[in-house]
Amino acid sequence: MTSTGFVLQLLQLAIALLLAPLLTGWVAMCRAWLQNKRAPSLMLPYRTIRKLFHKDAVVAEHASRIFRMTPYIVFGAMVLAAAIVPSLATDLPFARAADAIALVGLFALARVFMALAAMDIGTAFGSMGARREMFVGFLAEPALLMVLFTASLISGSTSLPGIVDTLAHREIAIYPSLAFAGVAFTMVSLAENARIPIDNPATHLELTMIHEAMILEYSARHLALIEWAAALKLFNYSCIGIALFVPFGIAERGSDWQAILAATPVLVAKLAAGGFALAVIETLSAKMRIFRAPEFLGTAFLLAVLGMLVNQLLGG
Amino acid sequence: MSIPVWSQLINLLAAVLLLLAFAMLSQRRVLSLINLFAAQGMALACSTAIVAYATAQPHLYGSAGLTLMLKVVLLPWLLHRLIRKLDVKWDVEGLINIPLTMLLGIVLVVFSFNLAYPIAQLASTVTRATIGIAMASVMLSFLMMITRRKAIPQVIGFLSMENGLFFAATSATYGMPMVVELGIALDILVAMLILGVFFFQIREQFDSLDLKHLEKLKEGE
Repeated sequence: MTSTGFVLQLLQLAIALLLAPLLTGWVAMCRAWLQNKRAPSLMLPYRTIRKLFHKDAVVAEHASRIFRMTPYIVFGAMVLAAAIVPSLATDLPFARAADAIALVGLFALARVFMALAAMDIGTAFGSMGARREMFVGFLAEPALLMVLFTASLISGSTSLPGIVDTLAHREIAIYPSLAFAGVAFTMVSLAENARIPIDNPATHLELTMIHEAMILEYSARHLALIEWAAALKLFNYSCIGIALFVPFGIAERGSDWQAILAATPVLVAKLAAGGFALAVIETLSAKMRIFRAPEFLGTAFLLAVLGMLVNQLLGG
Repeated sequence: MSIPVWSQLINLLAAVLLLLAFAMLSQRRVLSLINLFAAQGMALACSTAIVAYATAQPHLYGSAGLTLMLKVVLLPWLLHRLIRKLDVKWDVEGLINIPLTMLLGIVLVVFSFNLAYPIAQLASTVTRATIGIAMASVMLSFLMMITRRKAIPQVIGFLSMENGLFFAATSATYGMPMVVELGIALDILVAMLILGVFFFQIREQFDSLDLKHLEKLKEGE
């Protein structure tokens, strides 16, 4: 572990923590523009988090320790994931400890604890949200794994920095398999981040909510951590997408400070474009019935598997 | 890693073809089904034209033009006219639900890729990698014909199977002789016209285009 790597790691973490709420705010802003509404401030997520941190937490009488621990576990898992995903540079000491499969495991860990905490309180909404979340999760996870495997097959490594290093250095070639994987990944990220075809992040309509139903009982600092973790999750997924499909501009192993400094604006530009695309998708599509979710995610899985098969046949 | 750019384009179009075959398999609405069929024809015509350019085989330009005329313009137009006349706007019902159909489709794709792999190893054409995809699209069209209950989706399945066969011919041997191709094109066209007449007859007789009525052998049961 070099000291440069260590500094880089910290820098990347700090940027992820700081930029994540901004990305959420940006998506909300684009969405409002596209729907002819007055946009909320870009800084709204920061203000919400600050406001929540200043309040006193109310915890239900019958809440067990799991309920209190969960925000910290979820937030911790997301921070760890942000440390693994190469968003600025590939020379990350942390990333060597965990590969793409462990990353999916981290997301799963967060999801399991969220569901447990939601059921812990014993309200009807909590259990309903937990059930739906697991339902969506168990369909989305294999598709996400397949997407990551496609990229691994092309680059011959399951570690994300390895994948980025290979893909950023390849000759310019058309990879049909990556196109399949890209579409599948978009669908999975929509489902995983509680975005519109599956869930609506801006609703408290009782019958349709999934993510919001699970966190109804949280308040103050717990809620702040969960909101921040949700923003981080969106940030992480965007960075995975960038790393797999448009890895150009990420500072490579052994590059100098200049490249790293140049990588930051590139990352911000890509995230802004990705956030805008997300807002467009959300505006164009309608929320789907929960029982249509298997079809949606089944299609994502199918596309990912097809990508892998096409890669095998056409030889990348 | 240094695959020539033409080969890459053909591979890309082959992948698009496979994707469209799956899209047709999962499509519920007849109108979108016809549009997808037209798109498949378009991808086929493009890939044939590219093969023609890459291998300098002028007669393939003819096939590409024929595909474009027949499968992108004429047949979709006929089908559109047909459903307008029959006034069918229903959703296509499948015998099995769509996620299961898709999974079956994946199994078929794996099967045909396995089947095609040894053949592709022996071949020396630019397009050898796509033989598996061509076989897979034939299989998927078969599956579509099997799992659909109504007459029009079955016919579209039949037509798209011909697309797959045509693609297989292009990728295995750079296309069939022109005479054969013209014959097949005419066959398809005539089949389409006759089936169009059949649709009206079937509906006249049974008041529906559901083919399970045809399984009854006697009248008035």
